[in-house]
Amino acid sequence: MFPSYNDFETEIEPEELRKLTDAVLTKYGYDFGNYAQSSFKRRVIVVLRKHGIKSMDVLIQKIIHDPIFFEQFIHDITVNTTEMFRDPTFFKALKTLVFPVLNTRSEFNIWHSACSTGEEVVSLAILLKEENLLHRAKVYATDINHSVLKKAESGRFPLRNLDLYTQNYNNTDPKGKLSDYYKIVDNEIVFHRELIEHVRFKHHDLAVDHQFFKFDLILCRNVMIYFNQKLQNRVFELLHASLFLNGFLALGAKESLIWCKIADKFESVSDHEKIYKKVKL
Amino acid sequence: MHGFDEANIKKNKFEIVVIGGSAGSFPVVSRMLEKLNPAFKLPIVMCLHRLKDKREGFKEALEIKSVLPVVEPNDKDLIEPGKVFIAPANYHLLIETKERFGLATTELIQYSRPSIDVLFDSCADVFMDKALSIVLSGANKDGAFGVKRIKKKGGFVMVQDLEECSMTTMPEAAINAAKPDMILPSMKILEYLNCL
Ligand SMILES: C[S@@+](CC[C@H](N)C(=O)[O-])C[C@H]1O[C@@H](n2cnc3c(N)ncnc32)[C@H](O)[C@@H]1O
Repeated sequence: MFPSYNDFETEIEPEELRKLTDAVLTKYGYDFGNYAQSSFKRRVIVVLRKHGIKSMDVLIQKIIHDPIFFEQFIHDITVNTTEMFRDPTFFKALKTLVFPVLNTRSEFNIWHSACSTGEEVVSLAILLKEENLLHRAKVYATDINHSVLKKAESGRFPLRNLDLYTQNYNNTDPKGKLSDYYKIVDNEIVFHRELIEHVRFKHHDLAVDHQFFKFDLILCRNVMIYFNQKLQNRVFELLHASLFLNGFLALGAKESLIWCKIADKFESVSDHEKIYKKVKL
Repeated sequence: MHGFDEANIKKNKFEIVVIGGSAGSFPVVSRMLEKLNPAFKLPIVMCLHRLKDKREGFKEALEIKSVLPVVEPNDKDLIEPGKVFIAPANYHLLIETKERFGLATTELIQYSRPSIDVLFDSCADVFMDKALSIVLSGANKDGAFGVKRIKKKGGFVMVQDLEECSMTTMPEAAINAAKPDMILPSMKILEYLNCL
């Protein structure tokens, strides 16, 4: 069942959220203190309700004393919604605006910086393969959530989404058929290993971790909407530092970098598809 | 002549208007935006459910008659007067701070994304008694929890007169959840807004 707002009478005050994020930071080193307050509060309410926990103090005690519960908490707090070829026109734009530039290089690096369960990674790999670019790509895929990374590594997705994924793929102006790339096994779509065997899946927290490599293309889609502006600014600094000059940055459909402090170091490649290019060091 | 008792009009009290509706609300909203005073000085933020196959062109359709530009905000865009903001398809629209919007793709609430409850609840948290909320015609209960939160934080609640609604589930639920400050036909609601 969908959670119904009418059910939760749980009220959370900002100070209580602060107590929670402070406790998590001290104990585990994860910093949720600069997540967007409006949506973070709602995530916490969902957790309280899911476990029938009545007060913030009880939640904090449980988190501090039970690392397994904490992993589950991370899973529930982070929003993992994703799909293959999410926003097909975006992937089409990557092909026409970014691939030709990548094609001029003998090798290039790509970072999926909040990859969730990996649908975005496989989607891009398919398109790279169709343009005969895949073997030249070094790909990192990272997330804060260990359990989605594990799923992403498996390259398996639930069968129920196949129609949507096929439709999305067909809207990217593809060269082949989606069915060229998978088998169906035990009610799951199992993608060919060659699409992800070269991908390094790795834990990386945009809120606290640092640059680890340099990239020609970074996808950071639909994660910064969960951050407040202070944290967004930190992430933009990190992404900027992780890009080669003239490297590309792709954001989610409703995200934009106009409000970030270093906006002038980027140039828009496609306003509509939220593709930017690093033009200044 | 607006036909309201001056004492009932809380001039200069509000800082934001939030509107929710679903089935049957489109023509109502469209007409309100046509008759709105072009100098209206509060930001208007709307969450209207849309049918799955009618996602595209919604903003454009609303804009045809509107006296103010209709905008689907991006994350962290400024909340400003002189514009009508509508929640983009498939995203929850939230009031993040008094200055800025937030967006989220978290689970559906009341079978809906965008959800009126989510918008109103976040608006109540941030704008408290400076919020004016309006619930229009609709076929589910989204918005009821939202107006309750608005009321709780001292905000103002208006609901479209059931007689006029093509679908009454939503306004009825809102009336039951929070004792509305006013229940009026849509053109009266509009007159009220134009007097603020
Ligand atoms: C909505 S998904 C986006 C998936 C994919 N990029 C897309 O656009 O479909 C957001 C992901 O961000 C991850 N995330 C949240 N906070 C993060 C952080 N601080 N560092 C890295 N990843 C984070 C979540 O675990 C989740 O998998």
